[in-house]
Amino acid sequence: MADRAVTDWRTDFDHTDEGWVADPYPIWEELREECPIAHSDRYGGVWLPTRHEDVSAIANDTEHFTSRSIIVTNHRPPMELAPQGVAPPISSDPPYHAEARRMLLPAFSPQNVAKLEPSTRAYCAELLDAVQGRDVVDAAADYAQHIPVRVIADMLGLPQADGDVFRGFVHDVIEGVARPLEERAEGFLALFGYLQGHIAEHREQPRDDLISFLLDAEIDGERLDDFQVARTVALLLIAGIDTTWSAIGASLWHLARTPADRERLVSEPALMPTAVEELLRAYAPVTMARLVKEDVDYRGCPMKAEEWVLLSFPSANRDPRFFDRADDVILDRQPNRHAAFGLGVHRCAGSHLARMEIKVALEEWLRVFPTFSLADPDAVRWSAGQVRGPRLLPLRVDA
Amino acid sequence: MRIVLDPDRCQGHGRCYALAPALFGCDDEGYAVLLVEGDLDPAAEGDAQLAVDSCPEYAIALEP
Repeated sequence: MADRAVTDWRTDFDHTDEGWVADPYPIWEELREECPIAHSDRYGGVWLPTRHEDVSAIANDTEHFTSRSIIVTNHRPPMELAPQGVAPPISSDPPYHAEARRMLLPAFSPQNVAKLEPSTRAYCAELLDAVQGRDVVDAAADYAQHIPVRVIADMLGLPQADGDVFRGFVHDVIEGVARPLEERAEGFLALFGYLQGHIAEHREQPRDDLISFLLDAEIDGERLDDFQVARTVALLLIAGIDTTWSAIGASLWHLARTPADRERLVSEPALMPTAVEELLRAYAPVTMARLVKEDVDYRGCPMKAEEWVLLSFPSANRDPRFFDRADDVILDRQPNRHAAFGLGVHRCAGSHLARMEIKVALEEWLRVFPTFSLADPDAVRWSAGQVRGPRLLPLRVDA
Repeated sequence: MRIVLDPDRCQGHGRCYALAPALFGCDDEGYAVLLVEGDLDPAAEGDAQLAVDSCPEYAIALEP
């Protein structure tokens, strides 16, 4: 959480402020209309474009904005990390980025993701079996959070039982952004220690999983060393867990408080793929960051080198200049040119996997619990930082 | 009308091949591939337009 309350969103915003965490939409709306590129001195300087046009322009401008770090903290990672960055390829810049990304994409292609659907569905059913008979189920803590952890653990070849370990790491990285560097460094060291052990085991005994694939992969004709593999695995854990968990949870939160949409999805299951896109648009969980490479003037904003830019894809998705009835959830909205998975060369590499997980998670939930509502709206808790989703979501599921 | 796909703009969002699978497929990395050549069957123009209007990267166009 922010160390002091925000008094003016235009000049002093903080994306970890309690007000923002509780409900950022009115804040973004005010900024889009009155101060479309806000600035805050916090975190050593942060810019916040909120209109689709500006978010898109900066996401596509890899000449002036680097991905060397994509999570806003008080610390900038060393320049020497470029062009790979902390966790390639999300933290990499062109041209290295393209090679590192190309290596990963086949694992997350639609064809490969389709193979994971049956096991994902079986796991969702298993989670729902375990909560049968209860009046109230926490859709975030008892359901959504477990799904992406299991899927990515299976893909990587890490023990399913370590779910709590991964979630702890991810929480430290994404939500612990205001903590001192030394504390954050401890978290990273623990994560890399954990991963090094598993990477060593995979080197000894290769298997049919993503860690073994990475150990065998080449970038520009060279094998990756253990540290490069560990950083890429860390990225897949961090990028794959909180994000998808958030999207599943936010979708169930919407359906819990919008009976007409819930009933429509139950009676028109074929609408699900279109509905998933609309829920992704309306409740896009992910905001990414860039660092300004060198002093640059962007539309009259004097952006200084090493200042952050928060790319609010969630706000871009609510921009009425770009979408009709931008604040309304319209389950059969088409076309829907949303930016929930980012724009430009850093389009989420796991987007096809995320879509499959969200679709299957919602289908299975609705199959078991066609009728549900918020058990206690005041008990819902949202995550703080650049990934937004419910972390506590008690739903009354008795018909 | 014919479909023009700009591979330099395509980032593999996959909206086109989800919405118009008869017109678009994907390669092993998830980037879009055009499945039809030349003049479009008028019956397919609706799906083609939906793909054009849904692409987050403006990578698809319809040309006379």
